[in-house]
Amino acid sequence: MKIMVTVKRVIDPYAKVRPLSDGSGVDTTGVKFDANPFDEIAVEEAVRQKEKNPVIEIVAVSLGGTECEEQLRKALAMGADKAVLIESSENYDTLAVAEEFVALVKAESPDLVLMGKQSTDGDNNQVGQMMAALLGWPQATFASKLELADGTARVTRETDTGEETLEMNLPAIVTTDLRLNEPRYIALPGIIKARSKPLEKRPPSSTATSRVKTVKVEAVPARSAGKKVGSVDELVAELSARGLF
Amino acid sequence: MARLMLVAFDPSEVALGHGFASALGIPFDVLLLSGADPAEIGAERTLAANLGDVPPADSIEDGVVAQLGGYSHIASVSSMRSKDHLPRWAAHLGAAMVTDVIVVEAENRFRRPIVAGSMIETVEVSGSPIVMTFRPSGFAKFSPNGTAAADSITIPITDRTRRVGASARGGARPDLTAAKVIVSGGRPLKDAETFERVIGGFADSVHGAAGATRAAVDSHIAPNELQVGQTGKIVAPDLYIAAGVSGSTQHMAGIKDSKTIVAVNIDPDAPIFENADLGMVGDLFVVLPELQAKLAGKF
Repeated sequence: MKIMVTVKRVIDPYAKVRPLSDGSGVDTTGVKFDANPFDEIAVEEAVRQKEKNPVIEIVAVSLGGTECEEQLRKALAMGADKAVLIESSENYDTLAVAEEFVALVKAESPDLVLMGKQSTDGDNNQVGQMMAALLGWPQATFASKLELADGTARVTRETDTGEETLEMNLPAIVTTDLRLNEPRYIALPGIIKARSKPLEKRPPSSTATSRVKTVKVEAVPARSAGKKVGSVDELVAELSARGLF
Repeated sequence: MARLMLVAFDPSEVALGHGFASALGIPFDVLLLSGADPAEIGAERTLAANLGDVPPADSIEDGVVAQLGGYSHIASVSSMRSKDHLPRWAAHLGAAMVTDVIVVEAENRFRRPIVAGSMIETVEVSGSPIVMTFRPSGFAKFSPNGTAAADSITIPITDRTRRVGASARGGARPDLTAAKVIVSGGRPLKDAETFERVIGGFADSVHGAAGATRAAVDSHIAPNELQVGQTGKIVAPDLYIAAGVSGSTQHMAGIKDSKTIVAVNIDPDAPIFENADLGMVGDLFVVLPELQAKLAGKF
C-alpha cells in the first residue's frame, strides 16, 4: 500500500508578514519558510498509519523551486520513505497544481493521497478536492480521524454543524484538519536518516497555467482600539448608545 | 452572456446570496440543493433538487455539474460544506476557482483574505466559468419578500461514498454564522460544564450563539463546531462579546467584520483590547453574570 502526501513550502505561519510597498505581493524579506502546518498533519498521519502497518510506503511530493527540497527533507525526517519534487519556478493556480499532482498520482499509483485542507498562505482549500474530481476518486475533507482497512477508508470529518463519518473505497483523497493529530517533534536521527533517503526531481508534466492572477496585495486596515469601560453599567450604556438595543 | 448560478445547500443560503448577486450585477438563477420554500430574491429561475441531507461531494458532483452549463459564474456561500463541494465542480468544468470572496470589483476581479486574514489580495480571473465561494458578511443583507416558485429537478446520486454516521450539535441556539449576538469564551472557562453554564447561559439569555477560541476547543472546553477564527467559523454579528479571549491573529481574523466587539479579560495587556470597540478589564466570572442580568430581554 502506498500513501502520497503533499508538502507545500509556505511563509512561516507564525511570522508577521506585510505586503510589498508596491502591493505586488507579500514581502518575504527576512521571513522564514516552513512546511504548511496542515500538510505536516498529513505527513504525521501517513507515518502513524505506517507504524500500524509497516508495508505502507510513503511518498512526499511538492511543487515549486529547488528550495522546496527543505520541506521535503522535513517530511522524510518525519518518516516518509521517498520524495518527489516537481521542479518549477512558474506560477500555478490551484487547478494547475491539481493537474500536476494528478500526473504524479498516475505515475506513482498511490492508494491514498493525504494532504492539508488548505495552505496557510493562499487559504484556498481547493487542490485536494480538485484532484479527487480530476481522478474521479472519492474524497473526505476536514478529516479528524482516519481508519484504513481492506481497501477502504473510514474517515470522520468535521462539518459546519458537528461531524460525520464517511466510508469509501480506495483509492481516495483525504484532506486533514487540525484535530487529526499533533505532528511529532523531529529528532536528530530522523534528520540524519532523511539525508540518505531518495529525493527525485522531475520537470512539470505540462506548461504552467494560471487563470487566477494576483494583481494586488494589501494589509487589512487595523481595527483601532476602542474605549475601556470601568463598570458593567458603563458598558451597557455604551452598547445602548451604539443602538444595539 | 454573463449569468450567475447561485447554488444554495439549504434555504437559509438563498437570501444570503442576494447581496452577492447584486454586487456581481448580472442576471442569476438559484439551484437549491435541499429543503423547500426558497425566498424570493430576484432570481429569474429557481431549481429545487430536494436532496434532503445533501450527500457526500463525489456522490452528486456529476448531477450538479449537469445543471451548470451556460453559466459564466457559479457561487455559494462560504462554509465547510461549500468548500467540500465547489472545487470538485470547478475541476470538473476546467474552471478557475476563487475562495472566500469579500468584494466584487468587476465580473472577473475579486478581493479575498489571505495568510490567515492578515492581508487582502485582489485577483483577476481569466476564462469562464468562474467558481466562487463568498463570505456573506461582505455583502448587503436582504429581507426576502415572498416565496419563489421553484422547478423541481432530479440530481442523480452515486453511492460510492457512504455516510455511516453523523452528529449535529442541534439545540435551539442560532448558527454562529447567522447569529446577531455571539458570546465567545477562551481557555479561562476551565471545563465543558463551566463553558456551557457561563457562555451558553449568556448566549441563551440574549438569543445569541456561543462561540469558542481554538485553545478552548483544543482543551475540550467547547465542541469543535463552535470554534471561531480563520481556521474555524468566520462570523459577523452585530455584537461579539469575547470573554477570556486573548485575541490571537487567527481568532481576530474570524471576527473582524463584527459591528461591535466587546472584550472582557482579566489581563489588561491582552492583545484583544487593541481591536475591541469596548473593553473591560475584569474577571469574566464576575463581569459576565452582571452583564447577562442587565442585557436580559434586550435582544
